[in-house]
Amino acid sequence: MAVDTAFNMAPVATPFFFYMLSGIMLIGGILVITRKNPVHSALALITVLLAQAGIYLMLYAPFVAGVQIILYAGGIMVLFLFVIMLVNIDRAAKEKTFNSQWLVGSVAAIALGGLFVAVYIKGNNIFPEHVMPGVADDSNTQNVATLLYGQYMFAFEIASLLLLVAIIGAVVMAKKRI
Amino acid sequence: MGHDLMGQIVQYIQSYLSSDQTPGAAGNMFWVLVYILAVFVGLSIAVIAMNWLERKILAHMQVRLGPMRVGPHGLLQPIADAIKLLLKEDIIPAEADVAIFWVAPFMVVLAAFIVFIVVPFGPTHAVTDMNIGILFMLGVSSLSVLGIVMAGWASNSHYPLIGALRSSAQMVSYEVAMGLAVVSAIVMTSLNASGTGTLSMIGIVQAQQEQGVWFIFKFFPLGLIAFFIFAVAMVAETNRAPFDLAEAESELTAGFHTEYSGFRWSLFFLAEYSAMIAVSSIAVTLWLGGWLRPFPNLLSGSTWDLIFSLFPGVTFLFLAAMCFFNAVRMPKHPFFRIQTIGLAGFGVVLGLIGLVMLVPAVRIRVQDIFWFSAKVAAFMYLYIWYRGTFPRYRFDQLMQMGWKVLLPMGLGVLILTATAGLWPLIQHSIWHP
Repeated sequence: MAVDTAFNMAPVATPFFFYMLSGIMLIGGILVITRKNPVHSALALITVLLAQAGIYLMLYAPFVAGVQIILYAGGIMVLFLFVIMLVNIDRAAKEKTFNSQWLVGSVAAIALGGLFVAVYIKGNNIFPEHVMPGVADDSNTQNVATLLYGQYMFAFEIASLLLLVAIIGAVVMAKKRI
Repeated sequence: MGHDLMGQIVQYIQSYLSSDQTPGAAGNMFWVLVYILAVFVGLSIAVIAMNWLERKILAHMQVRLGPMRVGPHGLLQPIADAIKLLLKEDIIPAEADVAIFWVAPFMVVLAAFIVFIVVPFGPTHAVTDMNIGILFMLGVSSLSVLGIVMAGWASNSHYPLIGALRSSAQMVSYEVAMGLAVVSAIVMTSLNASGTGTLSMIGIVQAQQEQGVWFIFKFFPLGLIAFFIFAVAMVAETNRAPFDLAEAESELTAGFHTEYSGFRWSLFFLAEYSAMIAVSSIAVTLWLGGWLRPFPNLLSGSTWDLIFSLFPGVTFLFLAAMCFFNAVRMPKHPFFRIQTIGLAGFGVVLGLIGLVMLVPAVRIRVQDIFWFSAKVAAFMYLYIWYRGTFPRYRFDQLMQMGWKVLLPMGLGVLILTATAGLWPLIQHSIWHP
């Protein structure tokens, strides 16, 4: 009975929260590129990342949402801010915000837009009933782990090796004398 | 019609009482709100009490009296301070980035308070139980760094900026060691029949209950070392002495909140203390058995259960007795009459609470909360004790400690814990290949 209620009450005003979070993400994304002050841009990016964590929660992926908050909002963006704070803001504000790479920009935008349209058209067949299949709430972390260390072991190890190389590279570049 | 609605509401409220879940899991909105309010009020009282206790204990450690004027033994001093802070002029520096300056304290307070949604005060005494509980706590509390960085930068002044830089560097570095220590405790939760661990705060305590051992004593001394790493990292994480370089008075005035005054400053204060309580609750949940009473194996049986369930009431009665004792010892001068009456009145209130807690129906429901709070209170005392004992570290020493001592230790403990957990399997495969 307890499990029953937990499943029954899972979708609460789903469209409202989806549009709210997407709206926050869009506004934040636009602010990231239009703000002159890099600190404001970084804070807008953090808002985007937090809203994205909310979207992950709505997709029944609490583990990914938690990791998103810890790594991106709490870790990487803090380091971003850390560096940006030391930049001379007065000079940075006078720099041009947009570089005039219109050709490359339009090609990239058209390609991405085409991808979105393709996904939208093709995606109609993925969920015929237009409903996400329910995922058992309490096994999410376990599911992620089973997939990562089972089916996708090789890809996972390659990714971690890549990260290790990046770490060593950063240390070598940052330190002249080891 | 109206009567029917009332009946439905009452039924809705009562329906939760028979369930054995947290209100969040049972999906009962009314009790969720009640629990949130209770946690919020309890937390505020704890911060006020902590403010008074810190000054008093620190003073006694330094052979001073501490606050003595406002109320008996300075008991009303925190309230006087709060009123002073609220009445103070709210200054925003002319060159500050007003929007960010304004948002920063709220960010810190939000991060410090939201984590209490998942803190398990008892098997059913939590607002809700997420299956990513501990991840949620670490994630949300790591957002408070953002607030500190924002505050320091938006003040547009040298000391706050340096304070914010130090603070963010420190918190990011110690988060790594902290995370490793937490993971080694989570690994221990998977040592059950199904071989699946849990990230849920309630699940972690239940795992300790099932295994019959607090994780601090598990795989001795591995659990103890992980706990030690966490205990050091959590002091650094909350920017408290001896790691309070972010607000080192002698160098940086007050660090990242130098330019803040009045109400905004008090928000930082509130956030600092509730963050201290939050990380202490993580430590208590992961290593010290959460709401479980001490000595569950050594002193088991119904007699000991009864004796331990009397503890909450007896503690309050003891505090009441202390109040009466000191009320009697008050100087007999008419000037002190109001203070004497006040202290005795406070004792009466504490004594009544203690008597209520001795009632069997109450004491069974209250003892979980009491043991959890008592363990957290021990950590809060340790915080004060550190502040009275240790001299402040230098910044390079702090970084060295985090990256070169705690991080390798955390990695080693994690690997050894995993090995120890798998040892029966390894042994089995060696002897029966």
